[in-house]
Amino acid sequence: MAAQRDKSRTIPGTTIFDGVESRKGYRINKFAMSFTKPKNREAFTADEEAYMDSWSLSEQERQFLRDRDYRGLIEECGGNIYMIMKLGTCTGHGLYHVGAQLRGQTFEEFMATRTASGAR
Amino acid sequence: MAKVVGGIGTSHVPSIGKAYDMGQQEEPDWKPVFDTYKPVQKWLADLKPDVAIVVYNDHGSSMFFDKYPTFAIGAADTYPIGDEGWGPRPLPAVPGNPEFSWHLAEELVYNEFDMTVCQELSVEHGFLVPMNLCFPHEPNWPVKTVPIAVNVIQHPLPTAMRCYKLGQAIRQAVEACEDDLRVVIFGTGGMSHQLNGTRFGHLNTAFDNDFLDKIETDPLALTKLTHQEIMEEAGAEAVELIMWLTMRGALSDDLTRVHRNYYAPMTTGMGLIALEENA
Repeated sequence: MAAQRDKSRTIPGTTIFDGVESRKGYRINKFAMSFTKPKNREAFTADEEAYMDSWSLSEQERQFLRDRDYRGLIEECGGNIYMIMKLGTCTGHGLYHVGAQLRGQTFEEFMATRTASGAR
Repeated sequence: MAKVVGGIGTSHVPSIGKAYDMGQQEEPDWKPVFDTYKPVQKWLADLKPDVAIVVYNDHGSSMFFDKYPTFAIGAADTYPIGDEGWGPRPLPAVPGNPEFSWHLAEELVYNEFDMTVCQELSVEHGFLVPMNLCFPHEPNWPVKTVPIAVNVIQHPLPTAMRCYKLGQAIRQAVEACEDDLRVVIFGTGGMSHQLNGTRFGHLNTAFDNDFLDKIETDPLALTKLTHQEIMEEAGAEAVELIMWLTMRGALSDDLTRVHRNYYAPMTTGMGLIALEENA
């Protein structure tokens, strides 16, 4: 059986979403998945703290959510990018806002690195 | 007898769906994306498939990490448009062919591909963007569909070779069906892209173009790629490309390339290839 991953060869600037990340991120990802239901998006928009209370999130996760700190949610809390993107309707932050944060750039700095940034 | 008449490899970038819904087809940076699908739409209209088998991955629309199947097959009358967090897209629900789905499921499972059978399944951008781009769909879609979902988001993933062999088994299963159905198969996702870490936005145009060459002429070379190699070269999310191998595994080697395109405007290499069976 050919090894599909070489865990001794980490890929710089990359987190692989595997069992370790999925266990760590289970709570925050389940929370984010709840945003696929309109009533939950409405509940979060109406009262963020009350909606977070209804999920067993850690204080760290709650603070990252308050701060819209997507790097923290993904890189420290095990957030999966596809789940975290579901927060976007409520936060107003799309993929490229999240991506710029992950790269440590402003939105404008990140957009300047793309070849046809009108296709966003 | 049912037969596979063609295959399409295509990216399924969600922003394409949003741009389509907002009517941005003629905007300069979007126009190359939408225009390149026009010859494929025309080809499909002439090819007149009855069924499209769409190999895609669910990004948290119908499936979550509480139970995320490695391989799943839809077997519903209709696949509703999923809500991925921003409301369902304004597209008609997609018709299924549950009898054919159950036939495929039976053949695949007895051929040792242990599919999860889904009788309720909403479909999302992984499935809808390719369908949206390749078929006119107002008021209704012109084909019935069989969604086949592959885990490419939570490692361990199936290997590239396993995905190719699944395609070969799908071809056998199609040919074991006595109904006179013309079938096209879509392999979706990729190409190069990475959506996490400081390497967010990584692209590898050379890798993508080589993949487009080999998916047509030397797919076995691609089955030898490990997830590690794909991720190192083309970004963590580029592993979606293994789903193109399922499409290719379902085709013969007696093919005509009808269309090919590549465009990488933002964070994903958007590839397209259309292959028609000669016989």
